[in-house]
Amino acid sequence: MFEDLSLKLDKALKKITGQGKLTEKNISDTLREIRRVLLDADVNYKVAKEFIENVSQKALGKEVIASISPGQLITKIIYDELIELLGSSTSDLKINAQGATSYLIVGLQGSGKTTFCGKLAKRLTESGSKVLLVAADVYRPAAVEQLKTLGGQISVEVFALEEKNARKTVEDSLSFAREKSFNTIIIDTAGRLHVDETMMDEVADIKKFVNPSETLFVVDAMTGQDAVNSAKIFNERVNYDGIVLTKLDGDARGGAALSIRQVVGKPIKFISNGEKLDALDKFYPDRLASRILGKGDVISLVEKAQSTFDEKESGKLEERFRMNQFDFEDFLKQIKAIKKMGSLSSLLGMIPGLGNQLKNATIDDRALIKVEAIINSMTIDERQSPKVLNGNRRKRIARGSGTSIQDVNRLIKQFNEMKLMMSRLSKGGLGKSLGNFKFN
Amino acid sequence: MSLFDNINFKKLKDGLSKTRTKIVNSISETLNGKAVVDDKTLDEIEEILITSDIGFDTTAKIITQARIRLHNEKNRITTTIIDTVKKELISVLEVENISHQFEIGKYKPFVILVVGVNGVGKTTTIGKLAHNFQIAGLKVLVGAADTFRAAAGEQLGIWAKRANVEIIQKEHGSDPSSVAYDTVVEAKKNNFDIVLIDTAGRLHNKSNLMEELKKIKNVMAKIVPYAPNETLLVLDATTGQNAILQADEFSKVTEISGLVVTKLDGTAKGGVVFQIINKQKIPIRYIGVGEKIDDLQNFQPKLFVDAIFDNT
Ligand SMILES: Nc1nc2c(ncn2[C@@H]2O[C@H](COP(=O)(O)OP(=O)(O)O)[C@@H](O)[C@H]2O)c(=O)[nH]1
Ligand SMILES: Nc1nc2c(ncn2[C@@H]2O[C@H](COP(=O)(O)OP(=O)(O)O)[C@@H](O)[C@H]2O)c(=O)[nH]1
Ligand SMILES: [Mg+2]
Ligand SMILES: [Mg+2]
Repeated sequence: MFEDLSLKLDKALKKITGQGKLTEKNISDTLREIRRVLLDADVNYKVAKEFIENVSQKALGKEVIASISPGQLITKIIYDELIELLGSSTSDLKINAQGATSYLIVGLQGSGKTTFCGKLAKRLTESGSKVLLVAADVYRPAAVEQLKTLGGQISVEVFALEEKNARKTVEDSLSFAREKSFNTIIIDTAGRLHVDETMMDEVADIKKFVNPSETLFVVDAMTGQDAVNSAKIFNERVNYDGIVLTKLDGDARGGAALSIRQVVGKPIKFISNGEKLDALDKFYPDRLASRILGKGDVISLVEKAQSTFDEKESGKLEERFRMNQFDFEDFLKQIKAIKKMGSLSSLLGMIPGLGNQLKNATIDDRALIKVEAIINSMTIDERQSPKVLNGNRRKRIARGSGTSIQDVNRLIKQFNEMKLMMSRLSKGGLGKSLGNFKFN
Repeated sequence: MSLFDNINFKKLKDGLSKTRTKIVNSISETLNGKAVVDDKTLDEIEEILITSDIGFDTTAKIITQARIRLHNEKNRITTTIIDTVKKELISVLEVENISHQFEIGKYKPFVILVVGVNGVGKTTTIGKLAHNFQIAGLKVLVGAADTFRAAAGEQLGIWAKRANVEIIQKEHGSDPSSVAYDTVVEAKKNNFDIVLIDTAGRLHNKSNLMEELKKIKNVMAKIVPYAPNETLLVLDATTGQNAILQADEFSKVTEISGLVVTKLDGTAKGGVVFQIINKQKIPIRYIGVGEKIDDLQNFQPKLFVDAIFDNT
């Protein structure tokens, strides 16, 4: 029963065992896989490339702790960098100490600007501001009506003109706000394409005139590769202060946010995750990083691996190898640690690149269980000094663990071989012990 | 019947040329006159395809196919390489039923249901479609079955007026399937040729909203058993890989007979459709190239693919 397993385990574990340092060679498979993951998540082609290059350059030469693979380590480093790059989760909006505070909301068509204006108005009203919404989208059919409806739902006044003139609407709204002592003004603008010169001129002009406390760029989380183009040009024209990422209640991976961060370096201030007016949230970079890397499988694996085998523990074990003190107790610990990370097969399945390779290979987790059962049937004395394991004891252990005497003999024989070999290696990764261990 | 033959390629190109020129130039530099397909060139083609949202796997497949095609060709100059990739791309778009025409006239009323996620351009597309059918001499009725979004009804009302067609609507918050029902009843009673049903944007991962769509479909079939004749899924060209999931999920609740790709007047290429079409064999029917009433065009594979390279 061990035969089939040994080969696969051997191969797989070699991949996930410590290999000293991160080198271009031992992380290249993982990097390729991560690049693909990023592209599938809509991170821009160039951004993904540069990001991976930068991170891996920084990471090269890093020590790999014994219990995880270079691939896992680089994944973890990338994950951490991703969080770093996505920025902090503070979404403080500037509020003017004197005079009125104004916010200008801009973006492409259908990204969720008007809905966001309603949400922001609700939030600020609830925190005591006297808010005026300004309907400066004079193009989209019923855009003014839409804002009025939203304003009505939260009892916030909406300023609009009959005349279809965005600049004039904004001008008049400011004096209106002053007269009626509104202290907060939120300006909703029409959606526009970044390549539409006339429309970009219009919004740049409004920005210049209002000199808002903050300008926010609203982006749909489903946006693909083109996000960099629109984000960049909008930034050039209106120099926005922050980003609002919308429709995160969907299942888009949201890689566009990373592209935009990388290209314009502006913070993500809010996320919008629903059509209702209370569906507004703070931005959490770690959540988005996990989302971009996909369901967090890779990350949770790395984190599990790290917490399970902490560096100290593995150092201690290596010391025991060196001193030729490694015994069945240590061996049991190792097996338990692997089991804590999930079943061996699911563990392997979580590793990028490996999952596919092992698709058709069913790893029999029962092999490990059997080894564990045998060790469990040993007395503490026997585990610590395997030399005492004579024929009678072996028979007892086989009976106790529900295995055969051959199984027990094989395990002891291989344990001894492994121990011998390990003690010869001046420094060896922990995992290697398992990697070289043949179960047949 | 053939509508929208007002193809205006300029509009498509206007946006494109601004971002594309750089890459295409660099390819020409590498290749003009030189008969090599080196890795650098393939990398550049990969970049063009991926930045068009074609996706990692599909791009890899297309490049492999193009390589095989090229293998036997001697004259490996720029145009050949790009043309080979283009040929590959066009062959993906030319799905079997692409030339299938709406069987207007055979069914009366001919019912078209328009669906999609939020903000992609459903209502605008309905306005444009209504206009085109109207000028083709057909009697058109639109149904405002988006009763959820603020002022959605008013928006469609304005489009109906612009297109000079009639509209059925109910107050905000009423049951969307009842609007669809009433619209089809009215169309049958008063001899309308075309019914266009606008629906609220719904994210495909919201099962209750997807169920609602099924219901809209079912009530219409109670009056005209064949309804809807066509269900159009509207995709925003700006959308990346998520569009694949949109197509998958919408197809599960209602058979999608065609795609409409909007906002192609920007710099986004809508390349994600290659994977969708490859997988589901749903043809693109129309493309949206602006916010005006005549900014809807028939889909033409060659123009769409040319726009990705924009080296014409
Ligand atoms: N599911 C979801 N829909 C949203 C969100 N934000 C906006 N929407 C919807 O997206 C569509 C476009 O929003 P709108 O505010 O009109 O966008 P605008 O064109 O940028 O003003 C509408 O159907 C909104 O209800 C969000 O966070 N989640
Ligand atoms: N530039 C451009 N904008 C479009 C196009 N189609 C729709 N829009 C805009 O996208 C926004 C959302 O459109 P709408 O029809 O309300 O989307 P719906 O929520 O799916 O019904 C509006 O601002 C439309 O004017 C198009 O083809 N090009
Ligand atoms: Mg709006
Ligand atoms: Mg709509």
